Amino acid sequence: MKTSRLGYNTLGLLVFVTIGFPVYWMLNTAFKPAKDAIDPTPHFIPWPVSLDNFRRALSISDFWGPVGRSLIVSLSTVGIGLVVGLLAALAISRFAFRGRKIVIVGILAVQMVPLVAMIIPVFLLLNDLGQYDKLPGLILTYLTFILPFTVWTLRGFIVNIPKELEEAAMVDGCSRTGAFVRVVFPLLAPGLVATSIYGFIQAWNEYLYALMLLSQQHQTATVWLSNFTTQHGTEYAPMMAGSTMMAIPVVILFLLVQRKMAAGLTAGAVKG
Amino acid sequence: MSAAETTTPKVPPTRHSSPPPGTGPGAGAEPAPASRPGKGRGGRMGGSAVPWALLAPTMLVLGLVMGYPLVRLVTLSLQVFGQPQLWGFKPAEWTGLDNYTSILGDGEFWQVVWRTVWFAGGAVVLTIALGMLIALLLQRVSPWVKTLVNIALVASWAMPVIVAVTVFKWMFDSDYGVLNWLISKLPGVDYDGHNWFATGPQGLTVIMLLVVWGAVPFVAITLGAGLTQVPKELEEAARLDGAGPLGIFRYVTLPILKPIIVMLTTLSVIWDMGVFPQVYLMRGGHPEPEFQLLTTYSYTKAFVVNDYGGGSAIALITVALLLGVVAVYMRQMLKIGEVE
Repeated sequence: MKTSRLGYNTLGLLVFVTIGFPVYWMLNTAFKPAKDAIDPTPHFIPWPVSLDNFRRALSISDFWGPVGRSLIVSLSTVGIGLVVGLLAALAISRFAFRGRKIVIVGILAVQMVPLVAMIIPVFLLLNDLGQYDKLPGLILTYLTFILPFTVWTLRGFIVNIPKELEEAAMVDGCSRTGAFVRVVFPLLAPGLVATSIYGFIQAWNEYLYALMLLSQQHQTATVWLSNFTTQHGTEYAPMMAGSTMMAIPVVILFLLVQRKMAAGLTAGAVKG
Repeated sequence: MSAAETTTPKVPPTRHSSPPPGTGPGAGAEPAPASRPGKGRGGRMGGSAVPWALLAPTMLVLGLVMGYPLVRLVTLSLQVFGQPQLWGFKPAEWTGLDNYTSILGDGEFWQVVWRTVWFAGGAVVLTIALGMLIALLLQRVSPWVKTLVNIALVASWAMPVIVAVTVFKWMFDSDYGVLNWLISKLPGVDYDGHNWFATGPQGLTVIMLLVVWGAVPFVAITLGAGLTQVPKELEEAARLDGAGPLGIFRYVTLPILKPIIVMLTTLSVIWDMGVFPQVYLMRGGHPEPEFQLLTTYSYTKAFVVNDYGGGSAIALITVALLLGVVAVYMRQMLKIGEVE
């Protein structure tokens, strides 16, 4: 028994190293002097620690412009998605009406359409609307994937709130809206936060639409990173610094919500 | 503290807990537990005007950004639509099914189809198999190893795709890539300067690894959550009846996890058939013919060759290929009562 545990642990460490390696290698390359990155013998410890790669990454081309645009697009998408999506989520989780099932199946089905397949007509649509290379156009198209996701996830959080709480409030004299605002909304708040952070990550990471629907001068952060080449070809060390800057905020946000999203649904295993 | 924790504090989670929602577009769509007796439709609440009013904004937005483009995709695929039509110099010309017949009669298209099926199939099988193995392994290791592996899983799960692509590009670089150095350490192997992207199959294998690396954490963590719901008594009973570890897995664990596995497999097929940035960026924005998958092929046809009609037809064929998988997925959702 003792030896088999040892074997499993060794295997586990192997899995840890394999899966963690790309992340480690990104950080390692980003923090070591650029010339060490192209040494034929790899340096496995970034020593001396250097921030030159970050400085270089910031100077190659405008960094804050794309980041600002990514922020605007992601925040607006999530904001609109949250307001519009919450209403729809309430409709399908708290009301009985003819056609409800079809709506639910529709929202599920919409999530299954690959974005790539839509890029041609979406491009033409924005072209026709005069929204090519404009941020509002991009925000609108991001709603294609943010909105169904928001509706579906919020629905999951809402069905976990016992209807009895709302009913009790209404018995005590609250109106329907009052019951929602005073009882359901406070309980839903953590779910709203988690959903919006998750939606933000998706919008922030989006690449294809950002690439196709905005011109070079108006690129977003993901496109900035993918265009990371200089006259000297690809400089990998600054590119890893750029990757680190892109990834760190996302990883932190992800860590914040990952458990909450899990908890929300695990507890949801017993609905009613 | 999540909403759920505050509202259902005293009820212990029962079997079939759902994995975390929201892991991509397919997200919330995870297996959720059995049915919800007593909850169901909110019977006594409200007439039918209110819910439709609440749904209206969503339907309006989705109609504009999803419905209209879908219809346009279909009509485009029946038209000759190129540069002149894009600039508005010439009206689009209806050609019936000409786009389809010329694509289906094109040998290159079929090559792309098989390559895509091979690529997506390989990625899905690898993802599910590795995810399952890691989930099983995590049940057997010491807590500190489990924590380490979980950290690695969540870190790679959280990596933006674009970042993952650039990191893999760097690791597999022919001159300074750490992979070539590592492989050259093996006795008798010299991989210095080896170009991983010289041939399609090898390059696509690297891209497949990248896709699998990004997808395994979600599968492993979801299956891990599922495994905790397998009743210990059942395993015990099977063991007493003389089942070996393999037998227990085959006849106890697997049937219980089946709904989750079906879900994960269908989602993975849909995601892996839709792989685009990985190929596009790895090949510097111009995937060579032997790297083309259905997604990049449709893109190239439309935006490089300027044949928007043909590109749309290819996109629609891709969607049609996925319909079967989507049907399985939806059926599973209906079966486990998530969509009641």
